[in-house]
Amino acid sequence: MHVVYPAVVAALLFSVGIYGVLARRNAILVLMSVVLMLSAVNLNLVAFDVWLRDRLHGGQALALFTIVIAAAEAGLGLAIALLVFRTRRTIDVDALNSLREDHEPAAAAEPAETEPPVQAEPVQPAEAGAEGGLETPSAERGTQ
Amino acid sequence: MTAQEIVFLLLGVVTVGSAVLVVTTRQLVHAALWLVVSFGGLAGSYLVLTAEFVAWAQVLIYVGAVVVLLLFGIMLTRAPIGRSDALDSGNRWAALAVATATAGVLVTVVVRGFKDAYLPLRAGGGTAGVIGSSVFRAWVLPFEVLSVLLLAALIGAIVLSRTDVGPQRPEPSDDHDDQGREDA
Repeated sequence: MHVVYPAVVAALLFSVGIYGVLARRNAILVLMSVVLMLSAVNLNLVAFDVWLRDRLHGGQALALFTIVIAAAEAGLGLAIALLVFRTRRTIDVDALNSLREDHEPAAAAEPAETEPPVQAEPVQPAEAGAEGGLETPSAERGTQ
Repeated sequence: MTAQEIVFLLLGVVTVGSAVLVVTTRQLVHAALWLVVSFGGLAGSYLVLTAEFVAWAQVLIYVGAVVVLLLFGIMLTRAPIGRSDALDSGNRWAALAVATATAGVLVTVVVRGFKDAYLPLRAGGGTAGVIGSSVFRAWVLPFEVLSVLLLAALIGAIVLSRTDVGPQRPEPSDDHDDQGREDA
């Protein structure tokens, strides 16, 4: 078998992964694309290990290590994605722009997305309690 | 073109085609399922390249563990099930240009560099016995370091995803303050 075939397949897989990382908006899809890129590297490692007929089988051992590192990366990445989802209510990577340099559009767009779920909920029961008497908030707390 | 090359090319077409579907499909769960197909094709490519142990490790870890983990992540983040047009960001065409340029450069370089290289496939190059003795003789130290790294990553993931570890977040304390004020 010519070395060109696995190398070209790996190069195409890597480019597909690059497209996914750049074009996708959901953080989990970005993780999937990163995993695709790591798989492309694995294919190269295995192919060149078989080609060079390494006595220590360094390529295949390194491919195994890469698989393990990809598993660790997927676990940690998903934990981070869950944490982001828990605090921001979204894992849209385009919306996570609070560290951006120019604050004009970010400051205008960000409170509209992140603040209402945090602030609107505590304000609503307080108004209801102020207008409707003391029974309704205590009843709500009893159900909680 | 030998039979091995034909089989490898078919598997490569399946792998790259399903990878393209992973990054272009409009349904999030389908992306994870196409990822299974892509990893399966990749495992078949490893088998054609006589790397049996890596192929089965790929099936066990990627198809068995990583994709299930990704599906759990999709469910836990309440992702939209079904078609949704919000999965692609606005810079899709820039991403397409970058990916095409990368593919062009890489394929050109690889084809020009390895045009004449021939890879003799011989059975038995990657069995569990060969790879196991290689890993536990020549690569013991990286193996042990990697196991420690995996343990650290798992503990880190647990600490990150538990809510009762570490400093309290501002959100629950805000709730507490509000309720305390209401009580007062």
